[in-house]
Amino acid sequence: MDLSAINPALLLASLMVAATPILLAAIGELVAERSGVLNLGVEGMMITGAICGFAIAVETGSPWLGFAGAAAGGAVLALLFALLTQVALANQVASGLALTLFGLGLSALIGQGYVGIKPPKFARLDIPVLGDLPVVGRVLFGHDPMLYIAIALVAGVWILLRFSRAGLILRAVGENHDAAHALGYKVVRIRILAILFGGACAGLGGAYISLVRVPQWTEGMTAGVGWIALALVVFGSWKPWRVLLGAWLFGGITVLQLNLQAAGVAIPVEYLAMSPYLVTILVLVILSADKSRAPASLGKIFHASQ
Amino acid sequence: MNAPLLSLQGITKAYPGVVANDDVSFDIHNGQIHALLGENGAGKSTLVKMVYGLVQPDQGQMLLNGQRYAPPEPRAARTDGIAMVFQHFSLFEALSVAENITLGMENPPPMSDLARRIHEVSTAYGLPLDPSRIVGDLSAGERQRVEIIRCLLQDPALLIMDEPTSVLTPQEVEILFRTLRKLAAEGTAILYISHKLEEIRTLCDHATVLRLGKVVGECTPSETTAREMAELMVGREFGSPLGAGRTVGDVVLGIDGLSVRSPSAFGTSLKNVSLALCKGEIVGIGGVAGNGQDELLAALSGEILTPPDAIELLGQPIGHLRPGERRHLGLLSAPEERLGHAAAPDMTLTENAMLTGSVREGLTTAGFLKWRAAEGFARRIIEAFDVRTPGPDTVARALSGGNLQKFVIGREILQRPVVLVVNQPTWGVDAAAAAAIRQALLDLAAQGAAVICISQDLDELIEISDRFAALNEGRLSEPRDTAGLEIEEIGLMMGGAHGMEVAHV
Repeated sequence: MDLSAINPALLLASLMVAATPILLAAIGELVAERSGVLNLGVEGMMITGAICGFAIAVETGSPWLGFAGAAAGGAVLALLFALLTQVALANQVASGLALTLFGLGLSALIGQGYVGIKPPKFARLDIPVLGDLPVVGRVLFGHDPMLYIAIALVAGVWILLRFSRAGLILRAVGENHDAAHALGYKVVRIRILAILFGGACAGLGGAYISLVRVPQWTEGMTAGVGWIALALVVFGSWKPWRVLLGAWLFGGITVLQLNLQAAGVAIPVEYLAMSPYLVTILVLVILSADKSRAPASLGKIFHASQ
Repeated sequence: MNAPLLSLQGITKAYPGVVANDDVSFDIHNGQIHALLGENGAGKSTLVKMVYGLVQPDQGQMLLNGQRYAPPEPRAARTDGIAMVFQHFSLFEALSVAENITLGMENPPPMSDLARRIHEVSTAYGLPLDPSRIVGDLSAGERQRVEIIRCLLQDPALLIMDEPTSVLTPQEVEILFRTLRKLAAEGTAILYISHKLEEIRTLCDHATVLRLGKVVGECTPSETTAREMAELMVGREFGSPLGAGRTVGDVVLGIDGLSVRSPSAFGTSLKNVSLALCKGEIVGIGGVAGNGQDELLAALSGEILTPPDAIELLGQPIGHLRPGERRHLGLLSAPEERLGHAAAPDMTLTENAMLTGSVREGLTTAGFLKWRAAEGFARRIIEAFDVRTPGPDTVARALSGGNLQKFVIGREILQRPVVLVVNQPTWGVDAAAAAAIRQALLDLAAQGAAVICISQDLDELIEISDRFAALNEGRLSEPRDTAGLEIEEIGLMMGGAHGMEVAHV
């Protein structure tokens, strides 16, 4: 066992990379849930985003176009969910589960020709001065642009929900859709937009795995990250910064336990592998003990006549 | 009189199977408090929804200040100076007062200005409110203030109020009326929907009566008796409930020092509630909504368990027993919320009859359902209580409020209760059905059962109960004989209108 092989700066830096896919998917799902929609299809939208982003990046040679395609792919799949639940008034839980299964199958189909290919490299930002700082420069300022976009999205969603009228209307729709309708707000339209945003974010998160974190295409490569994102939203009490905290915690322990495995710590691998899930849920359960609660209309079907 | 503010001309609106409004015409003038009277299902709600732009009429037109007025959505109505206070509050419990108010405004000022304006308007009209409080923590009366101030901030030309007093104490009603009169004196027109006739007589200048979607009459309420208006509304005469010389016997239900924590975050815990209920009597429990009514019903029905000795039925401690066991012993209950609590909305009447009747009516054998017996039981309820429905296979949701309420109350009464606890038995029910339900409760007591009637309708409690007690913040007042009880005393028992002041007219 050689714990000195673990470099704290490198650990922190890779923590942020590991957390980004979860963070992207979770912040999108947070917006959807705040509008009162429970979309369990995050995993399916992520994996669809992963292959769409990968394929487009490979074909065009541009990771940026890849990410754009991933967002579009996730949003298209989300649109299917929106049509089912908001227009056809289908059950949200069943539709979400179906979306995950469909996304996994669809991505495997699209991805047949892309196994074993290397995607174009997504350059790290080269920030002068800041990036050259010791330790801090490596941890905070030496990443790819998408990671910063993810954090900016969290801040943006927080500002939107907390300080803007649009955010207030979104929360109102999630809180009591009948009252919002009585006041003349377009419940269905607002929810469809929130679902699409959630899908686009999940797509970005998926593409981050296939273009930056891994970077390659394998079937089912999101491996449950979408479910973690869903859990983070709930345990993070539907608050953007708590979701960020949860994502970093999960990412951090994932990276740490990999490092510990490599260092040959005398704990069975199975325990180490389950530790990120346990610790993240434990911490967020303790955090969510305050009186914040789910949006009151979450998962309920809205029909204007009732 | 000068030209009307709003003129309805031949408004017709049909839904599949019903004509909600049929050729309705009337005028509303500036500064007028205009009552819209009618039973449930008479088409009052549909009519005001059209004025507010939530629904579009099939035929006919509206004129606002002589201009054609056809709002495609509520925003347009609000822009044209029409505001509405809803019967079921259109509020968001998790949001603050200021956030709730800004959501209902077309051109809201920034939050900091808004808080100041809420403060100004609320004190000017004697309805003080703290803009930063979370609506979920407010009482029903305070929630209504939020709705009213939301409307007032937009300087409406016409204010629509849909059954505004059903959740208020007498003192709060008084303050509301002063506010409304002050508004009318300033030139605002008010369209006031209610089925409480005495209120309309004291408040309104003019009344339009609807029956089955048609205008059946107009009157000046102060010159018309309540009985005449009621008959116009119902289209026939109906009698007041009669008590049949009941004799009050021994104590059957004893509640002793009952304290219960509310299971809901926004609920009220019961604190040291005591009451002795006798055979053959009706005890009325008043109080503003949210003062522990739901918790009291839950503790009595067995939805919340308590220490065994806190509740005794015929001398036997039952606080630890579950609802089914209490039903077996004869303690039955009918909660307030018809759809979802008293009845399962998407199940048929037969299934709903089975849900509470299986224990006492023997509708199961060895865990298997006796469908035929259950259907027979449902039919008996439908016949005995004049429930208007195609049959026992109809789902509960399809019944009108009054008919479902008759079914829910009838279902318990037919099970021959020793003690029956009802919460809001006539809430949102039309006058004829309400009279029938009250009569049924009186008849039940005359046959020797004991009844606890929790209600916010004070007239109802005074009419049917022998003794009256009030719930205030989870505490139950000493019960008083209803005979000779003044409405002011009742108001004081209910805790009065604390934190409120009268409008400075």
